[in-house]
Amino acid sequence: MKTLSRIIVSLFVIVDVYFLGKILLGGENIQVLNPKGIIALQEREVAYVAVFLMLVIVIPVFIWAFYVGTTYHEGNKWAKYTPEWDHSTKLQAFIWAFPIAIICILCVLVWKTAHRLDPSDAIASTQKTMTIQVVATRWKWIFIYPDQHIATVNLLEIPENTPVHFMLSASDTPMNSFWIPQLGGQIYAMSGMATQTYLMANGVGTYRGANSEINGAGYAQMTFTVNSVTQNDFTNWVARVKQSATPTLDLNTFNKLAQPSQNNPVAYYSSTQDNLFTTIVTKYLAPGKGMEGM
Amino acid sequence: MEQFILGRLTWSSLPHEWFTLGGTVAFATILIGLTIFLTRVKRWKWLWNEWLTSTDPKKIGIMYIIIAFLMFLRGGLDVVMIWLQQTIGTTSSPGYLGATHGYLSADHFQQIFTAHGDIMVFFVTMGFLFGLINLIVPLQIGARDLAFPFLNSLGFWLYFAGVVLINMFFVLGGEFAAAGWLAVAPLSELQFNPGVGVDYWIWSLQVSGLGTLIGGINFVVTILKMRAPGMSLMRMPMFTWASLMGMILVISIFPILAMTMILLTLDRYLGMHFFTLDNGGNAMMYWNLIWMWGHPEVYVLIIPVFGIYSEIVSTFAQKKIFGYTSLVVAVGAITLLSFSVWLHHFFTMGAGADVNAFFGIMTMWIAIPTGVQIINWLFTMFRGKIIFKSPIYWFFGFVSTFTFGGMAGLLMALPPVDFQVHNSLFLVAHFHTMIVGGALFGIFAGFTYWFPKVFGFKLHERIGKYAFWTWLVGFFLSFVPLYILGMMGAVRRMDTYSPSLGWQQLFTVSLIGACVIMCAVGLQILQLVVSIIQRKQNRDLTGDPWNGRSLEWATASPPPFYNFAVIPQVHSRDAFWEMKNPKGISSSEVAKQKKTSIKYEDIELPKNTPMGIYLSGFIFLFGLAMVWHAWLFAIIGLVGAICCVILRTFDEHTEYVLTAAEVEQIEKKLRAKS
Repeated sequence: MKTLSRIIVSLFVIVDVYFLGKILLGGENIQVLNPKGIIALQEREVAYVAVFLMLVIVIPVFIWAFYVGTTYHEGNKWAKYTPEWDHSTKLQAFIWAFPIAIICILCVLVWKTAHRLDPSDAIASTQKTMTIQVVATRWKWIFIYPDQHIATVNLLEIPENTPVHFMLSASDTPMNSFWIPQLGGQIYAMSGMATQTYLMANGVGTYRGANSEINGAGYAQMTFTVNSVTQNDFTNWVARVKQSATPTLDLNTFNKLAQPSQNNPVAYYSSTQDNLFTTIVTKYLAPGKGMEGM
Repeated sequence: MEQFILGRLTWSSLPHEWFTLGGTVAFATILIGLTIFLTRVKRWKWLWNEWLTSTDPKKIGIMYIIIAFLMFLRGGLDVVMIWLQQTIGTTSSPGYLGATHGYLSADHFQQIFTAHGDIMVFFVTMGFLFGLINLIVPLQIGARDLAFPFLNSLGFWLYFAGVVLINMFFVLGGEFAAAGWLAVAPLSELQFNPGVGVDYWIWSLQVSGLGTLIGGINFVVTILKMRAPGMSLMRMPMFTWASLMGMILVISIFPILAMTMILLTLDRYLGMHFFTLDNGGNAMMYWNLIWMWGHPEVYVLIIPVFGIYSEIVSTFAQKKIFGYTSLVVAVGAITLLSFSVWLHHFFTMGAGADVNAFFGIMTMWIAIPTGVQIINWLFTMFRGKIIFKSPIYWFFGFVSTFTFGGMAGLLMALPPVDFQVHNSLFLVAHFHTMIVGGALFGIFAGFTYWFPKVFGFKLHERIGKYAFWTWLVGFFLSFVPLYILGMMGAVRRMDTYSPSLGWQQLFTVSLIGACVIMCAVGLQILQLVVSIIQRKQNRDLTGDPWNGRSLEWATASPPPFYNFAVIPQVHSRDAFWEMKNPKGISSSEVAKQKKTSIKYEDIELPKNTPMGIYLSGFIFLFGLAMVWHAWLFAIIGLVGAICCVILRTFDEHTEYVLTAAEVEQIEKKLRAKS
C-alpha cells in the first residue's frame, strides 16, 4: 500500500506540474486568458474575481476535509469521538450563512456584469463604431461591410481600437455560435433572427474565430481568421478589395455561396447588394409581411 | 404494399460500413454465446421464471445494474473512439479508413458522441440509479415490495427496450442521430437530418422515458405510502429522502421531454413546423423545452447520489448524520431550484441582460444547498471514527473533484464568463466532472456499500482501492486537459483542427487518461470476479457487515424475497442502530420484546408476470416500425400493446399469499445458516 501511494502521489505531482506548465507557459495559446480586446479583458477580470471569491470558501473546506480525514480515523486513539452529536443550531447557522454570504456577493457580481457586459451594449470610444454584418451558412462565415459595400468569406478584417458592431444572422443552417476567444464572448447566429454583439481589438494582430455550435458535417472547420490592422491599413485594404476583380455579392451570388460546402478558402466581394442582410434575415417570413413581421 | 410493410428499410440500409458491421458482429457474438451457454447449462426456464418475469424489486434492481454496466462498457468504447479521432485527426493527418482526417468521417464522429451522451445519461447513470433505488429503498423504509410491482417490471422492460432501440442500427442498419445528445432543433429536423438517426433517438428515448416516468411514480407512491410503522418523513434515511426528491423531479420533468419529442415527431413525420426554420417554426422553443427537462434531469442523476454519500459518511464515520434537517432542506432546495435555471444553457442566445442575470443568480443559489451538504458531511466525520473502506475513498474523491467542477459551473453561471467558455471543451470538462466525479463515483461507492446486502458477501477491498486510485488518476488525466483546451479556444464536438494550434498534445493526454480509466474499469471487473471466487472468505452472515444504521441492514443478506418476516417498528431516525443499541429500555424488556415480536403473519406478495415483457415488446416493435415508417408493424405493435394492457387489467389474480407457517420455515432455515 505504501509503494502504491508513493507511486500515486508522484504521478499526481508530475501531472500537476505538466498541467500548470501548460497553463502558465502556454502564453498566447491559452486564448481566453490572453485577451487582445477590451471585452475579453473584462470578461477575464470577472472570472478572476469570481474564482477568488469562491476560493474564500473552497480553500477552508479543503483544509477542513483534510483535517477531518487525517484526524478522525479509526486508528487515531486520541481523537475525540462523539457518536451521538448530530446537531448544533449555532453551527448550522454558520454552515448556511457562510455560503449564503459568498453567493450573495457573487449574485451581485452576476447582476452587475451581466448588464455591464451585455453583448448588445455599445462600447464607449472616441472612434466611431463600425458595423459588420455576419451571416453563418453551411459551413462558412460571410462578413458583409455595409458601409464599405464589400464582403468577405472566412476572413474578418477590422481596424484596431475601433468598436465593431456585429449584426449576426444565418441562412439555412441550424444554430451557430460566433466566437473570437481573444476579442470576446460568443453570441448565436440563427436563421431568421438577428442578434448583435460589440467587440473591439486593442491592437494589431491575428486571431482565431470559430463556430462553437454543432451544425452538421462541416462544423469543425467552420473557422475564420481575424486580422486587426491599423486604421490606415484598413482603409487601404478596403480600397484594394473594392478595386479587385471580384464579383458582386447580390442575392443570386449569395444563394449560390450559401450552398453547403466545407473548408472554404478566403474569398472577397468588391461590392454588395444593398439590404442584403435584411433580405436574409426576413426571408423565412411569409411573403408580403416584410419588415412588419419583425 | 412493400412500402406499407417495410417502409424505408431496404437491403442497402443494412449495416455495411466497418463500424456498424463491427457492432453487428459483436452483438451477434454476445447473443449467440449467451444462447449456447444458457442451453448448455439448461437455465432457460430458470432465467425466465426467476428473473425475467420477476416483480421482485431486488431482482429488477440487479437486472437494471447489469444492463447499465453493459451500456457503460459501450459508452466507454465510444469515448476511446472519440478521443482517438481528436488525437490523430488534425487537418494535416492523411486520413485512414476512408475518412478525410483521422479515421472517422465527421458524420460518423458526430453519431458517436451523440450516442455516447445519450447512453451515459439515460442508460448508464439512470440505469445504475434505478437499480440501486430498487434494491435499497424498499428495504430502507421497511417495505416488502413496491406500491405497483407490475409497473416496476414494466418500467424496467421499457428501459431495456430503449437500450435495444438505441443499439438497433447495429443490427438493422441506418445510422444514429448526429445532432448531439439532445438532438437540438433545427439540426434534428428533416432538412438537416433526413435519415433514420434522429428517429432512432426519438423512439429510444420516448420508450425508455415512459419507463422512467412509470418508475418515478412508483417510487414516489412507495416512499409516501409504504413506510414501516413509526417512520415519519423526518425519520426517513437520507438515501430515501434523496430518492424521493429525485423521483419527484422525474415525475415533473419527463412529461416535458415526452411532449418535446412528440412535437419534433410531428415535425418529422407529418410535416408540421414547430421547430423548423421556415413557416413560422421556432427552434428557440425547442431549446427552452429541452433544457426545462434537461437541467432538472442532470439533478435527477446527482440528487439520489447525494443520499448515497449521506449514508456512507454516517456509517463509516460511525456517527449520527450531522444536520439531518439541513440536509433534507438542502436536497429539497436543490430540487426546487433546478427548475429555474434552464436558460443558463444558452446565455449566448442573446436574451438580454435582465433575463441572463436572473438565470445566473438562480444558478448561483444552487451552490448554497450543495455547499451546505458537503460541509454537513464533513461535520458528520468530525469527532467520528472513520473506517477507511473503499466507499469512503470514493467519497473523498467526490469531494475533491466535485468542488472543482462546481467552481467551474459557478463561473459559467456568470453570463460574461459563460460567453467565453460556452460550448467549449471547458464546459465538457465541467459536466463530466459533475457526472463522473459526482454521480458515477457515488454510484460506485453505493455499489460497494450495498453489495454485501444484495449478494451476501463483500467485494474485495484491496482491488477496490486500486480501482479507485486508478480511476482518480485517469479522471484527472482525462478531464484537466479539457479545461485547458477549452481556454485555448477548442470547441466541443469537433472532429478535426489545425495542428498549428498546439492542441494535439493535450488531446493525447486525455486519450491516455481514457486508457487509464479503462484499466480502472478492468480492475473493477477483476474485483467482482475475485470477490465471487473468494465469496466464502468474504461471506457476511450477520446481514450487517458495516455496522449499519438504517433498516436495510436489519434483515438477512441477501434478504428473503419478502424482505422482512416481521415489519419492524421504527422509533427514531437511525432505526436499526437504535434496535442494536436500545436506549431507555432495560435489557430484560428488549429480550421480552424479541420473544413476543417473532409472531409471523401471512404475507401478500405479487405474482411474477411476463406481461411487462410482452407489453414492452409490442411497444418496442411499434417504436422500431415508426423509425422505419413500416406502418403495418407499427399498427401491430400498437394494437398488441393495447391488448396487453386490457388483458392485464382483467387479470385479478396478481397476488398470492405466503402463509405464516411458510414464512416461519424459511426464517428457520435462514437462522440455521447464520
